[in-house]
Amino acid sequence: MSAAANGAMLAVEDVTTAYGAIVALRGVSLTVGHGEIVTLIGANGAGKSTLMMTICGSPAPREGRVVLEGRDITGWPTHLIMRQGLAHAPEGRRIFPRMTVLENLRMGAEVLNGAHFDQDLEKVCALFPRLKERLGQRGGTLSGGEQQMLAIARALMSRPRLLLLDEPSLGLAPMVVRQIFAAIRDLNRETGLTVLLVEQNAYHALRLAHRGYVLVNGRITMTGTGAELLARPEVRAAYLEGGRA
Amino acid sequence: MDYALQQLVNGLTLGMIYGLIALGYTMVYGIIGMINFAHGDIFMVGAFTALIGFLLLGMGGVTFVPLALILVLVLAMAFTSLYGFTVERLAYRPLRGSFRLAPLISAIGMSIFLQNFVQVTQGARVKPLEPVVQGGVVLSRGGTVEVTLSYMQISIILTTLVVLTVFTLIIGRTPLGRAMRACEQDRRMASLLGIDTDRTISLTFVIGAALAAVAGMMYLLYYGVIDFFIGFVAGIKAFTAAVLGGIGSLPGAVLGALLIGMIETFWSAYFSVQYKDVAAFSILAIALIFLPSGILGRHEVEKV
Repeated sequence: MSAAANGAMLAVEDVTTAYGAIVALRGVSLTVGHGEIVTLIGANGAGKSTLMMTICGSPAPREGRVVLEGRDITGWPTHLIMRQGLAHAPEGRRIFPRMTVLENLRMGAEVLNGAHFDQDLEKVCALFPRLKERLGQRGGTLSGGEQQMLAIARALMSRPRLLLLDEPSLGLAPMVVRQIFAAIRDLNRETGLTVLLVEQNAYHALRLAHRGYVLVNGRITMTGTGAELLARPEVRAAYLEGGRA
Repeated sequence: MDYALQQLVNGLTLGMIYGLIALGYTMVYGIIGMINFAHGDIFMVGAFTALIGFLLLGMGGVTFVPLALILVLVLAMAFTSLYGFTVERLAYRPLRGSFRLAPLISAIGMSIFLQNFVQVTQGARVKPLEPVVQGGVVLSRGGTVEVTLSYMQISIILTTLVVLTVFTLIIGRTPLGRAMRACEQDRRMASLLGIDTDRTISLTFVIGAALAAVAGMMYLLYYGVIDFFIGFVAGIKAFTAAVLGGIGSLPGAVLGALLIGMIETFWSAYFSVQYKDVAAFSILAIALIFLPSGILGRHEVEKV
């Protein structure tokens, strides 16, 4: 096991993932240190979400290793990986539409078997006061922004040490995006939560993150601190100017 | 009027039995999107287990009827659950992720297997059981017909109501029920929240089989005769009920089953016993044409 893998919260080493004959990730390596916000930027179809799902074991990598807090979790079934202090707020939010907001949050807390549920519920309600008003409402009837808040809140209910966030800004109004990014920053500063953030909104993501990786066609092409990447002309050309930022 | 009232009681009883079976169809459909065609035969296995249970208790000298009923119920539920679990493990789980028709074909194969298995091991002849629960309450004697609510019917209706209540509480209030609903709505997300979806699916089959076992025992007590083929017709009727109520909806399954039970009973009483199945299935055809998602099927608009 490499030195990086031992010290890091998460280490992805030379991971190749394929859906049948279609190779989505080719030898991807990245590390996320304890207490860091790391962002992964890239165009549509670059493999960002695939990488997030590969970390969660669904699909399992074809080659390479995934190491979480020094433990090799490659090939583990998803439900066991998700019980190791890792939580994922996936692409498309995936709220349970016919469950109430409260039940969705209970699902998030399932790995803790209901321990300190009330306490954690209060915390996420303080973070997203909108959810508190909607606890009895069905997930499917929430607005997009509320659903995104619920997806993050649900992930937080498992008390993760590492939070994976896949495109939390997708389809949301700029003001809501700012709210959500502010919440992520506060969580990281106040609780030391480690975050791996996938974003198309590269400007916001790189300003928020300590470090970033650029993924192009299933390969990591660049890495550096948020500020470094923001200053790189290639990044500006590809993801900022003419982009959505 | 009295005659109609009597038919109402009969229809309700029959509907309750169908309802217990229909729940198994609709739960499995909800969670893995597959029609478990072997479910009717699981019901038949439940009926046979109950029969063997009653015979064993009779030989053992257990004569106190309520005790015998509870013992046989528990035995039938336990044994049949084991069948439900095994069928899922052997015939469906290996096919998960393959094309949609594969588990369906496997289910039909399982159904044929179970029928033949019981035929070979238990014999093809009709098996009778002496009435265990006799007598009844006469509701009205005044008119041309006597309206009776037999103790048997009372026990079927009460047992079903109790089982349905327990079942509803499990689905609505327990972590297992929540996990089942989560798997039904988004299986991948459920696994991302640490839910062992394979285990949840197994338990769904186990619960469905246990409910079918209750129905099997009720059927045995009500009709007094069973054979290896009862699962086919009862299964198709219950499936019809589940579709009529809106497949995937639990209250819908019970509602559809009560309707099918009533339609079948009233049709037999007023028109023709021979054509009662035609009546039940015609309703299905009409429902599918004019109300394809069933009575309580989902129409909810979901925001994206």
